[in-house]
Amino acid sequence: MRLPPFQTLLDEHAADLHRFLVASVGLHDGDDCFQETVVAALRAYPGLRHGDNLRGWLFTIAHHKVVDQARRTTRQALPVAEPPEVPAVDRHRLADADLMHAVRALPPKQRTAVVQRYLLDRPYAEVAAVIGCSEDAARQNVRAGLQRLRQELPQEVTS
Amino acid sequence: MSTTDDLVTRLRRAGALPPPGGATMNGSAPDPGATHVDRLVAAAVARADADDLVDVAWAAEDTPIGTLTLAATRDGLVRIGFGHDDDMLTELATRVSPRVVHLPARLDDLRRQLDEYFAGRRTHFEVPLDRRLSRGYRLVVLEELGRVPYGETVSYKDLAVRTGHPTASRAVGTAMATNPIPIVVPCHRVLRTGGSLGGYGGGLDTKVWLLRHEGALLG
Repeated sequence: MRLPPFQTLLDEHAADLHRFLVASVGLHDGDDCFQETVVAALRAYPGLRHGDNLRGWLFTIAHHKVVDQARRTTRQALPVAEPPEVPAVDRHRLADADLMHAVRALPPKQRTAVVQRYLLDRPYAEVAAVIGCSEDAARQNVRAGLQRLRQELPQEVTS
Repeated sequence: MSTTDDLVTRLRRAGALPPPGGATMNGSAPDPGATHVDRLVAAAVARADADDLVDVAWAAEDTPIGTLTLAATRDGLVRIGFGHDDDMLTELATRVSPRVVHLPARLDDLRRQLDEYFAGRRTHFEVPLDRRLSRGYRLVVLEELGRVPYGETVSYKDLAVRTGHPTASRAVGTAMATNPIPIVVPCHRVLRTGGSLGGYGGGLDTKVWLLRHEGALLG
């Protein structure tokens, strides 16, 4: 099997991989997940049967790290009281950071689907390859993710 | 405009923002040109190396004869290329292992010795060699070549004789042309019978530079 040097994958995809993970799990956990993804990818690399869609393969590993991280976070989560009422005037000015916070609260498949599709501008075929589902299911995950973002963000922010 | 389009626009904009404070994480910046992601990659590669996952480590080294690309396995120095040699990394991925990554730490000893060599303070290299890219008679010739000292030259014919195949000058030439570890395995010290330069993978100018540097060629 002829695979390119692993360095090529790092040169071509490291920046997007980091962006994907920071968008999906936040800055601090994003850095950790990034390193774990690189090590896991390097471990598995020589066992690959073919060199097609190495980007998709790399992001699939990253997606699994997002799923693992979401599981850990859910286990650690404490019950919280109802969020305090946000004054209407502030709701108009919810920052992009809050939108990204809402993205990171999506279920992992929807989260990966939305981030791959809109933040990294990947085609549905690749979104599907990363999540390991059909293209239809990838579209469904993107739709469901957007729907949920609209529900969870105040109407003024999303319209 | 629909709500979805607006949301998507906002997602694209929010996701394009650089991570806050990313470039100055940990307050340390050993390489000022390196980005936050570069440093994360280097840290991940160091972790992978601790888990024995780096089969081929490479680094670039600037020298008076231009940039050299250096590569080592766990067994030793396996390849040196002239210039920034991406083809060399591809060749190593195919012939040794696709786990080829930038890991200068594994080449620190060699880089220090190259510095000393180019500064005129070192006449031979003391690093373990991984000879797996050479086989058969070529390997025999390259091992014999390692006994030609700094400042001296031999002919292709001499090497053929020394390896017990006096008529094999052509095969010696091929061994030189395919030497995976130039400079350290000194194929620049091999000339044609009569003293004309012959060839060199790094270019004849480089061969002349090295021979003059070693005092083997006057002028």
